[in-house]
Amino acid sequence: MVLREVDNEFTIDCLLLAGRIMIESGAETYRVEDTMLRMAHSQNMLDAQCYTTPTGIIFSLGKTQPTRITSISNRVTDLQKIALVNSVSRRLTSHMITLEDAYDELKSIQKTNYFLPTYIQVISAALASGCFLIMFKGGWSDFLFACLAGGLGFLVLLMINDLTKVKFFSEFTASLVVGSIAVFAVKYGHGTEIDKIVISSVMPLVPGILITNAVRDLMAGHFMSGMAKGAEAFLTAFAIGAAIAVTLSF
Amino acid sequence: MDYIIQLIVSFFATAGIAIIFNVPRKTLIYCGFVGVVGWMIYFVLTEQGLDIVNASFFSAFVIAIVAHLYARRFKMPMIIFIVGGIIPLVPGGMAYNAMRNVVEDDYIQGLQYGLKAFLITGAIVMGLVFAEVLIQLIFRSVRTSKATFQKVYKK
Repeated sequence: MVLREVDNEFTIDCLLLAGRIMIESGAETYRVEDTMLRMAHSQNMLDAQCYTTPTGIIFSLGKTQPTRITSISNRVTDLQKIALVNSVSRRLTSHMITLEDAYDELKSIQKTNYFLPTYIQVISAALASGCFLIMFKGGWSDFLFACLAGGLGFLVLLMINDLTKVKFFSEFTASLVVGSIAVFAVKYGHGTEIDKIVISSVMPLVPGILITNAVRDLMAGHFMSGMAKGAEAFLTAFAIGAAIAVTLSF
Repeated sequence: MDYIIQLIVSFFATAGIAIIFNVPRKTLIYCGFVGVVGWMIYFVLTEQGLDIVNASFFSAFVIAIVAHLYARRFKMPMIIFIVGGIIPLVPGGMAYNAMRNVVEDDYIQGLQYGLKAFLITGAIVMGLVFAEVLIQLIFRSVRTSKATFQKVYKK
């Protein structure tokens, strides 16, 4: 009997860890619930219940079992972690690994930082911004300015994200940098179109993935998480828009 | 020539965004490919004079179908492949124009742009959802027909 209690606690621990990593990496809520319930079913816990929001998970293995909560405060977009947790849960549900192995793997996934080094991220943000400028029919003369603004904006975002936990402040500052580079490029450099430079260099900051996730959650019937994610996306968009407005009004 | 430049540029833009979102390394090229497909459809349709909203819908539809096939092939979540393709379609320009007009005290124009941005977002999401439903229907009917075929065959 005692052994069984401990076993259940361990199962809940493992499942909550999996859900937590997925939510922290920016997965859709219905996918998280699906993964956790599948993992529970593979352990013969058929009565498992799960309630997931972007800020916390409530999970119980059944009527007589205790319910556990985990709360989540910060979220980033890290698709590699989602893929890794997904493969762990796949192998667990097809009984290729035991729950203990899965727990160890999840622990190491949570601890590891899979992001590429900062300079590669900044370079790719800069390159992407420049390419977006061409995609939005900007002239090649603005290409370098868009690269500069996009790269610096993303660098500022990462730096301020490390310093403060207020996400919207870092987004505001990053778009302030982007806006002022665009304005100065046109005023004192040889840039031609402020609009095109701003639009393309703001692209790495735009919450595109959040918006799509929010609406997909809404479509799947998770109205709470859809609304929460929608609010987050709106706040991000508002921070970017306000900063651009500030630079334009000079 | 214009099309070739757009093709190359959209690949690098999508792959760059994919690196920022840290997709698994081996899927990077496929993410770029999804982005190219989506953007080329959008670009060609808008060049032919189709409305941006409709073009976004069709583009998102194709992106979701390609992403779904890749997701099945690599056994990874679909979201990995969707991200790169969707980002160029996000109405950043419209939202920017709306904000700019609001700042310049031209609220009516700003509202128009804002509404358009909202419509485009809705079109993208409807494209994704339609594709998902369609794919599920197809795979389910294939599976059931296969099962009935086997049943008949065994008898």
